[in-house]
Amino acid sequence: MLAKRIIPCLDVDRGSVVKGINFVGIREVGDPVECAAEYDRQGADEIVFLDITATHEHRATMADVVRRTAKKVFVPLTVGGGIRTIDDFREILRAGADKVSINSAAVRDKTLVARAADKFGNQCVVVAIDARRNGSGGFNVVINGGRIDTGLDALAWAVEVESLGCGELLVTSMDADGTKNGFDKELTQAVSSRVKIPVIASGGGGSLAHFSELFEQTGADAALAASLFHYRELTVGEVKRYLNEKNIPVRLL
Amino acid sequence: MIAIIDYNAGNLFSVKNALDYLDIDNEVTGEAARLDRADALILPGVGAFPDAMRQLDKAGLVGEIRRQAKKKPLLGICLGMQLLFEKGYEFEECEGLGLIKGEVRKIDAGGLKIPHMGWNSLRFLNPCPLLDGVGEGSYTYFVHSYMACTGDENIAAYTEYHVRIPALVMNGGVYGAQYHPEKSSRIGLAMLKNFWRLAK
Repeated sequence: MLAKRIIPCLDVDRGSVVKGINFVGIREVGDPVECAAEYDRQGADEIVFLDITATHEHRATMADVVRRTAKKVFVPLTVGGGIRTIDDFREILRAGADKVSINSAAVRDKTLVARAADKFGNQCVVVAIDARRNGSGGFNVVINGGRIDTGLDALAWAVEVESLGCGELLVTSMDADGTKNGFDKELTQAVSSRVKIPVIASGGGGSLAHFSELFEQTGADAALAASLFHYRELTVGEVKRYLNEKNIPVRLL
Repeated sequence: MIAIIDYNAGNLFSVKNALDYLDIDNEVTGEAARLDRADALILPGVGAFPDAMRQLDKAGLVGEIRRQAKKKPLLGICLGMQLLFEKGYEFEECEGLGLIKGEVRKIDAGGLKIPHMGWNSLRFLNPCPLLDGVGEGSYTYFVHSYMACTGDENIAAYTEYHVRIPALVMNGGVYGAQYHPEKSSRIGLAMLKNFWRLAK
């Protein structure tokens, strides 16, 4: 049976791991390669690197982080943050990433999703959707770390990028992110019921029960968390053992 | 030395990284002379069946791989595993390497998501040296939309995804993993080590 995946996310700034609470108050904590290796030891099913500086000059730094990680960590690696062009995709995939996630760039230029899927295969192309409740019962797509509300309907956007060839969705609730009050199950379920591609839920995971409720009550295929794992409030292993007790299929070590 | 066969079909370097990490002497090459010198071969691959066969053909490697497979262990990974069979039906009917009896067809997932992507557990069918020290129920990492259709006698392990998907196949010294051992953490690395042991 296909396992539900637990995915730690490492926020990387100029080659070092940091974790911002709601994208401010960034604290520097360590070497991304070592952090990734530790997550692999804990049983992470996949590792996401999010390049939070993501300027053109720093792309080479990120590629180097990926290259060094791929020599030591043998689980799928996803890289996001500041990917804008097919050349960016190529550079990151060549460095050893298995998937590339795009966010603002997809909103600015939809054709990037289709072009990347065509060139590298759908399974490589992850679209990250940052969604925020809009006050009238729906969710809007926000970009630039939540600073810009695009006015786009997040659910319609999810369906559209799927049709463009995106292979997986990383859906972050900007309302829940950083709160540790639980995943936005309504958002996750609304997205996963509308698409056939896998959905990774992100934002708000703070306790063991948050993870089991997510998988029991929504069609999420995976859950992602950053600071929760980074500050060792929970380990990946603890989450998976708990899910296993709840009869949710997970890969145990 | 393990030769990782280079035929312009993507992601060779994750396999190389895994072998390097295990301190297994290896070389990425598309040269017949180097394949001949190798103790074992790995045929990786991502992409589509007909494309990959055309690339192999263009590189003059179809006959060479068939010849070498009689002399030394060969491990196909993902698309490389599918190429080991007689025929593929991805986009068009296409001849494969024919080293294992069977065909490659689209997964009938009965409404489950395609591609079959993620970690799935192995059920054992026949003993296989690559599974030494690997427990039944171990998870490996899959990403594929097509699957091998072959006789039980060729299947060492399968996984369940609506249908029974051959995960690890074999015929003599020819092995094929539908999953990515190089992305399957310790379990995958253990299998690559087992494969190297066969070569020596």
